[in-house]
Amino acid sequence: MSHDNDDHGHDHRSSDNHWSELTLRVKALESLLVEKKLVEPAALDAFIDTYETKIGPRNGARVIARAWSDPAYKARLLTDASAAIAEFGYTGRQGEDMVVLENSAKVHNLVVCTLCSCYPWPVLGLPPVWYKAAPYRARAVREPRAVLAEFGVTLGGDVEVRVWDSTAELRYLVLPERPAGSEDLSETELGLLVTRDAMIGTGLALPVASLSKRGCP
Amino acid sequence: MDVDRLNLPSDGDGPVFKEPWEAEAFALALGLHERGLFTWTEWADALAEEIARAQGAGDPDQGDTYYQHWLAALERLVQAKGVVSETELTERRDAWERAAHSTPHGQPVILKP
Repeated sequence: MSHDNDDHGHDHRSSDNHWSELTLRVKALESLLVEKKLVEPAALDAFIDTYETKIGPRNGARVIARAWSDPAYKARLLTDASAAIAEFGYTGRQGEDMVVLENSAKVHNLVVCTLCSCYPWPVLGLPPVWYKAAPYRARAVREPRAVLAEFGVTLGGDVEVRVWDSTAELRYLVLPERPAGSEDLSETELGLLVTRDAMIGTGLALPVASLSKRGCP
Repeated sequence: MDVDRLNLPSDGDGPVFKEPWEAEAFALALGLHERGLFTWTEWADALAEEIARAQGAGDPDQGDTYYQHWLAALERLVQAKGVVSETELTERRDAWERAAHSTPHGQPVILKP
């Protein structure tokens, strides 16, 4: 075989778009479904825009901050999470019920979906890659303390770890412990201490000192 | 199973979709569900089945192939519902490939009837 030419027998002219196999398959499915009037292109664009840019863990952080600062709201959240979360306008499209799990000095809750990646989209957006990965899905149930340690969360031996497996109908949100020394913070400031991982249970709320590091005026 | 393979996030949330096709496949499932073609439980079952199948076929399933499973589940579900046939999918895929190849860069790829 000659190495004199570098086109490897394939002519990369400017008129040759190469779409990946997956792109071709999605285009095929999408165009057929649009033709059959089962989906509308504008609606598809709206879904993507919403989940890419509008819904994210900040929704959940607002819910948690409210629960920390308003005992009546917290009571509603723990009794009927779907309704309490809907007070913010965050509602699921998939008809799932939300359950909020409260962490304490004695109990740490950890959320997983062992079969696929059921996740509370309305409050956390779409799941991170590791949540969708087999190692997390399997190990969170089998050895939760080891998984937590890898996320930097070390719990005392007297803390009970409870692992919750999400389903299509039931999604969980962890209510982390309110950080020490946060008594004087506003609800907005409290929200900044709530991370996505804290609401999955793979993290804790940030310490109050982390606020000053953000350089906010 | 070591920490690196868990692919732990180092900070914020990053883009939720790696490539445009992932977002499109995601939106198609939402659209069909909203249209009532399947319940969300049916969808979760189909997706879980597809993930198990891929794992059985040797996919290390690190989360990066998640939307491939999503797309495969969607293709199977629409066929099971009798909405789109395998032949239609294959023929349409080939038509898009021809269209992409014959369209100059920078111009939208359009499927001619």
